[in-house]
Amino acid sequence: MALGAIVLFGLLAPLALPDPAAQPDLAEGVLQPPSVSAPFGTDELSRDVLARVAAGTRVSLAVAGLAVALSASVGALIGVVAGYRGGIVDALLMRFVDGALAIPRLFLLLLILAAWERMPLAAFVVVIGMTGWFGASRLVRAEVLRLRDADFVRAAEALGAGSGRVMFRHLLPNTFGPLLVAATLAVGDVILLEAGLSFLGLGVRPPTPSWGGMILDGRGVLTVAPWVSIFPGLAIIATVLSVNLLGDALRDAADPRSA
Amino acid sequence: MTTLLDIHDLHVSFPDGDGARVRPVDGVSFSLERGRTLALVGESGCGKSLTSLAILRLVPSPGRIDPGSSIRFGDVDVLALEGEALRRIRGRRIAMIFQDPMTSLNPVFNVGDQITEVMHAHFTITRRDARDAAAELLQEVGIPDPRARLKAYPHQLSGGMRQRVMIAIALAGKPEILIADEPTTALDVTVQAQILEVLDRLRESHGMAVLLITHDLGIVAGRADRVAVMYAGQIVETAPTATLFANPSHPYTQGLFGSVPRLTGPLARLSPIAGNVPPAGRWPTGCRFRTRCPVVHERSETEPPLLRVEPDHEMRCWLAGDGPR
Repeated sequence: MALGAIVLFGLLAPLALPDPAAQPDLAEGVLQPPSVSAPFGTDELSRDVLARVAAGTRVSLAVAGLAVALSASVGALIGVVAGYRGGIVDALLMRFVDGALAIPRLFLLLLILAAWERMPLAAFVVVIGMTGWFGASRLVRAEVLRLRDADFVRAAEALGAGSGRVMFRHLLPNTFGPLLVAATLAVGDVILLEAGLSFLGLGVRPPTPSWGGMILDGRGVLTVAPWVSIFPGLAIIATVLSVNLLGDALRDAADPRSA
Repeated sequence: MTTLLDIHDLHVSFPDGDGARVRPVDGVSFSLERGRTLALVGESGCGKSLTSLAILRLVPSPGRIDPGSSIRFGDVDVLALEGEALRRIRGRRIAMIFQDPMTSLNPVFNVGDQITEVMHAHFTITRRDARDAAAELLQEVGIPDPRARLKAYPHQLSGGMRQRVMIAIALAGKPEILIADEPTTALDVTVQAQILEVLDRLRESHGMAVLLITHDLGIVAGRADRVAVMYAGQIVETAPTATLFANPSHPYTQGLFGSVPRLTGPLARLSPIAGNVPPAGRWPTGCRFRTRCPVVHERSETEPPLLRVEPDHEMRCWLAGDGPR
């Protein structure tokens, strides 16, 4: 519900709001406190903060959603192959995952982003996605190991299903429940991660509005115009909170025991 | 009568952790004829399920079928098959249904998808034709309102219904052999009879051979043409069903009969067989049943071969009347 409202806000609000990039009055309109015409106030370039928060909603949710979709897909693929094949394939893949999990994701990202200075947004999404699949692959692998000897898998094999069919038609869909819960919770993490990186000036680049970047913009004027940073901050909190609540609700729905 | 499946000297072994191998299936031979039912009877742990899995080459890792074993299906050497050729046998020519219908169906797909999946795996068939054929199969296994049931998920069905669905799935490949591994063990007694009825009817209408695996001699009578009793990885007695019921000769078979309550005849106490099947690798030398046998004697220290009791009736016990064949 709450998340739906935020998504709708991100999609529809721009229709009614001024252009988030417009700088209507660089002389008089800068750092105006919240008012009727600009409910969240304006920033130091006289841009409407509400319009920028709304535009940032789309950017942040799209980055997080796409990156998590990518990690979940890659993780599911690796996990199902490792779990079903077992043996040397499993050992190699999982040692790689173990190694990757030992490197803090934030440091890895900082390294990549520092090395590639003018990274396009799409590449940023891919980089976040490709550094986030390790946990998902372990989750899916564990589920597959649990299900691999299930009777219905044995039955599918006995009735002539090839290994591809067993993996992707019988095993993978049975891991979607936990994967969906994990992915939803991961969206919250990635929103925070993206905001953190953007705040450090390494994530989404200006002028594309993102919540983290907007907090960074407002840092210099925090004492005189706190609204420039506060509203994107509130947007982050509200979104991550609703994503996490959704994740918990999905978990409860998927597992009646924890209800 | 044509022999469809011929199993000769089948050995299945697992590593025991100390470098040696244990053999839960140790020299099993039998054959299955077109349109006939063979019942493989024995307690848990005697190797009957593993035997059936071996026929489809589904022995779980790290087990393996040992060299020297032979499984011939028509003129196909099943043990020489690999990859695609093996997949073309499974489900298409030999199908299997499992003991527990609660866990043998994939919980996330509806019934129709699971039946048509087998058809798509083995035949070139349009989705529409497959749906129609699936509905027909559900009708055949006695599910009312089959069109509507195609959309049902396994959790919406009762145990008996699920086992019927499982049978329909197994029949979707139009197999020549149906292996039924304890098909009714997980079901209520009343449902058991219905399911066995369905199996019987389908065997006749489809001309299939059925390998019925069970621990329950009660469901064998009147259904199987032939019975093979297994104990500790070996067949200990085999005969046509009527012969075996009239003259159960191996002490183990007699023990099995003694453990089944009877509704007719004089009232008698049930006489269960003492103890359990020892695990593979801890089988006694000589006759494997001698640790539990009520009529154990000095010759039991040597392992008996299959000996003739009467024409077409053999058992692995020295008590067999006229000695070695």
